[in-house]
This record gives sequence, C-alpha cells and structure tokens, in this order.
Amino acid sequence: MENENPHVMPKIDRSKGMEIGLYSLGEHMPDPHTGELIPASRRLKEIVEAAKMAEDAGLDLFQVGESHQEHFVSQAHLVLLSAIAQATNKIKIASGSTIISTSDPVRVFEDAATIDLLSDGRMEVVAGRASRVGLYELLGYSLNDYEALFEEKFELLLQINENETVDWQGKFRAPLNNAQVIPRPENEAAGLPIWRAVGGSLASAQKAGRLGVPMYQAHLGGPAEAFKSRIDLYRQTAFENGFNPDDLPVATAGFLYVRENMMDAYREYYPHLNEGMKLSNGQGFPKEAFAQGQDVKSVLNVGSPEHIVEKILYQHEMFNHDRYIGQIDFGGVSLDNIKRTIDILGEKVVPEVKKHTKRTKGE
Amino acid sequence: MNILVLSGSNAGSKTRIATTLLKEKLQRQYSGENIDYINLQDVSLPFSDGRNYMDYGGDATEVLTKIMEADVLFIGSPIFQASMPAPLKNVFDLLPQNALEDKTVSMLITAGSDKHFLIPEYNYKPVLSYLKANIVPRYVFILDTNFQDGQLLGDDVDMRLDRLIDDTMVLSRTYQDIRAEKDAQFGF
Repeated sequence: MENENPHVMPKIDRSKGMEIGLYSLGEHMPDPHTGELIPASRRLKEIVEAAKMAEDAGLDLFQVGESHQEHFVSQAHLVLLSAIAQATNKIKIASGSTIISTSDPVRVFEDAATIDLLSDGRMEVVAGRASRVGLYELLGYSLNDYEALFEEKFELLLQINENETVDWQGKFRAPLNNAQVIPRPENEAAGLPIWRAVGGSLASAQKAGRLGVPMYQAHLGGPAEAFKSRIDLYRQTAFENGFNPDDLPVATAGFLYVRENMMDAYREYYPHLNEGMKLSNGQGFPKEAFAQGQDVKSVLNVGSPEHIVEKILYQHEMFNHDRYIGQIDFGGVSLDNIKRTIDILGEKVVPEVKKHTKRTKGE
Repeated sequence: MNILVLSGSNAGSKTRIATTLLKEKLQRQYSGENIDYINLQDVSLPFSDGRNYMDYGGDATEVLTKIMEADVLFIGSPIFQASMPAPLKNVFDLLPQNALEDKTVSMLITAGSDKHFLIPEYNYKPVLSYLKANIVPRYVFILDTNFQDGQLLGDDVDMRLDRLIDDTMVLSRTYQDIRAEKDAQFGF
C-alpha cells in the first residue's frame, strides 16, 4: 500500500539528466600555495561571484552551508544565500546544510521562504545537525541533546513547511498554537523542498527513508561502494514505509577539483585539502587516500575532465542519484582557480554527464 | 621530530617515576628533538562526549593537540583490574578516528603482578591498532618490586628501557624514510 508522500519534493527533470551543482561551506582559510588570507568581506563576495559563474556555466544549483567554527565566514548562510539570489537569475539555490538543531525552525522557514520569493521559486533547504559542534555551546544548546534536537526541529520544520497553520508542542521550543508561519512560497504546495543531510550514520539514512524525505548524502573519501549501502538502506526503508523510492530524490556531495591534466589537479588541490582539513578538523588528509582518487572506484572527484565524467557516471550507476554537488573551493582555493574549475565543468563535464544520465519515464 | 611521553595514570607514583626516567634518557640521547612530557596527574580532562578534540578547550585541547602533533608517542601506564586505567582509555576516547596514523607508539607498563604481563597485548594493542598507530612490538613491563624509595632500580629494567628507546626510534625513522619515499612517488 503506497502512502501519499506529504513532503515537498524538489523539481528535478530526469529527462535532462542528472543535476550538477556546487556547494561552499564558506571556509575562510589561507591559500596554501601563496599563504594569502583574503579579508572576510572579499571571501563573502567571491562566494556570490562563484554562484554567478556557476549560473553562467550552466550548472543547476549553488548551495551554501553554515559553520560557526574558526576559519569560516558562513555563519549567516541564509543572508549570504539571499545575496546570491539577488545576483543570479535561474540557478537553483540551496542551504546545505542549515543546522536545524540549533536554529528555530520558524525563523529558518521565514528566511528561506523569503529567499524563495525573492528568487522566483529557486530555494531549497538541506537540514543537518553539524559535524563540528562548537555551535551548540555558542547558541545555548547541550550536546547531550544532539539527536533529540535534530529530530524534533527537523520534524517541526517539515510540519511548518507542509501546513498553513501549525499546532505543535515539543521539548526544545515554545509551543505553537494555530500559528501561521509566513510568507509562503508561491508554488502549488506553498512549501520548500527540504532534504535531510546524512553523513556517516546508517541510522540517519534509515530515518530519512522512514520519513520519506529527500536524502542528501555527503561523502569525503573512500570507495563509492561504501555510500551505496546507505542509499540502498534509505530506499529500502522508504519502500517498507509505503513510499515509492523512485519518487524520492537522492543527492550526493563531496570534494571536486578538475584540471585538463590529471596530475595537475592532484598537485594543485592536495595542499588545499590537507591544510584545510588540518584547520577545520585538526587532522590532515592522508596522501594515500587522496592518491586513490585516481581510481574510478574512489568517490573523491579529483582529476581530468574525462576522469571526472567517468567517476560521476560510475557513481550514478551505483547510486542512481538525481543530483551531484561538488565542493570546489575548500581550503583557500583562489577565485581564479574556482573560475577555471567552473569553466571546465561547464564545457566538458556537465554536458557529458547529462547526456549519459537522461532518463525517460519508466526507465 | 616531536617525541611525546605520556604518563597515563592519575594515581600512584610508579608510572610517573618510570616515564620520567624514560624522558630523561630521551633528552640525553635525542637532545636535538622536541621532547614533551605529559602526566595525566597534572591535567584535568573531561570525559569524551564525541566532539572534535579542538572543541573541548582547556587542558583537553592542549593535551590532545600535543598527541596529534607527536611523531613518536611513549605511553606509560599501570594496569588496573586487568586492563588499562580509565583515564588513559578516556584519552583514546577523546581522540578522533585514525588519530595515531603515521605515529610510532610504544608502551611502558607498570604492574603489581606478573600475571598482567600479556594485558598490553590483548587490551592496549587492539585500541592502538584501531587508532592506526605504528606499534612497537616489544614493550617494557616493570614490576613494583623494581621500585625502591621513589626510584626505579635494576640494570635489567634500565637496559630494557634503553632498548625500548632504540626499538621505537629505529622503527619511527624507518617508517618515516619509507613514508617519504612513497610520498615522493605520488607525484603531488
């Protein structure tokens, strides 16, 4: 027995092939090749600039996530997305991830819906719970409530999104009594597509399936196969809960760096990744794991355009996902190098991937 | 090269005495290296709650950063209830996954009974392996009868400590040389 899925789904036209987008977590780190750390003001404007470039190159989506730790400027990511909405015309925009656990879902909806109206319906939300957890203390929450906070607030966000008025009671926020949360997006559902961000947790993928919401799977490295089990579990759980898995979109996201010559990509990008990981997580990225990106089976998308196309298609065969989102600016990549990546993606990667992933109905 | 000696007990004196002696030997033999010493009795660490080690602040982030920056780690520890003491296990819990990758780690164990001789083999080594340490196969096991008036006595123990230092430094340098050779082959 199939349930009517109550959630708002992103509009993805599968007949045009996979969607390909970019995301930034808004790191603010020195370029390891030059040691230069640009001012925060310039970094913020360059993220907006990168979104415009992505639009010009024909990419489908630009996404910005929030981080409250040192070496980042994306704390007010929805404000930044609003600037991106203003600077662009047709590219989809998404928040990824919005840390819903430490935010008020009412305010997140109000802000995201406002961006949706300003951008003529281009806004989506990816809600997560953060891997680095300094923001719990900063914003007045206890890390002991890590899971409970996320589940309660994520479900409240869905409820607000799917109902014009909300009656709600929970543990971490004042009750809502016949509350009207506005403004409403001007689409049929009067709501926003909301994805559940999943990291390394199988249980979280399972929960996404149980709720029947779109799943956004982040991946740093390792074999693509390791992520297949999570996506399979998601679809299987969705099916067991009466949802049609084919109606549920899956997005994947991870590091992306492309240069005409394979080894140039590895040489240029490794210091960004290694130094950036040291600053953001306190641990570098092992060279062996990075070198394994040269194998099509590794999920790390670094290499020549042909190699990246082959990898994304290999991943698509395995995941059958609808959207891939690359992080091309991690660890102080200069705007010139961001532009170079976007140009190559637009010319050589996106058209090839789309050509080979078009789906006609029933396929 | 960063060498760290970690005295992994918050009680008693034997592990502190043994690790202090080890540190002094290292300082004599490897004066050109950066040698650090941490005694868990001197720091206040919270229990691990799963956050990144940089997010704890205070002593925890300081101690954990020193461990993360070490190339060589000597761990001193008593045996409690036939296993590692809780404060030492907590240090491992506070560290991130793969925290000891590319680090050479050796052990110096103090105990009240020789029945505990194999505890490091089946209780410590699996944890160090999980953290991806390059483990020195031999460790030094010191009984309480080797201590007298706050001093570690006996030629046997003294020579075994020298041997532990040799084994550890040889393994570390061998590993680092081969590591550098391999890194050069990657071409990036």
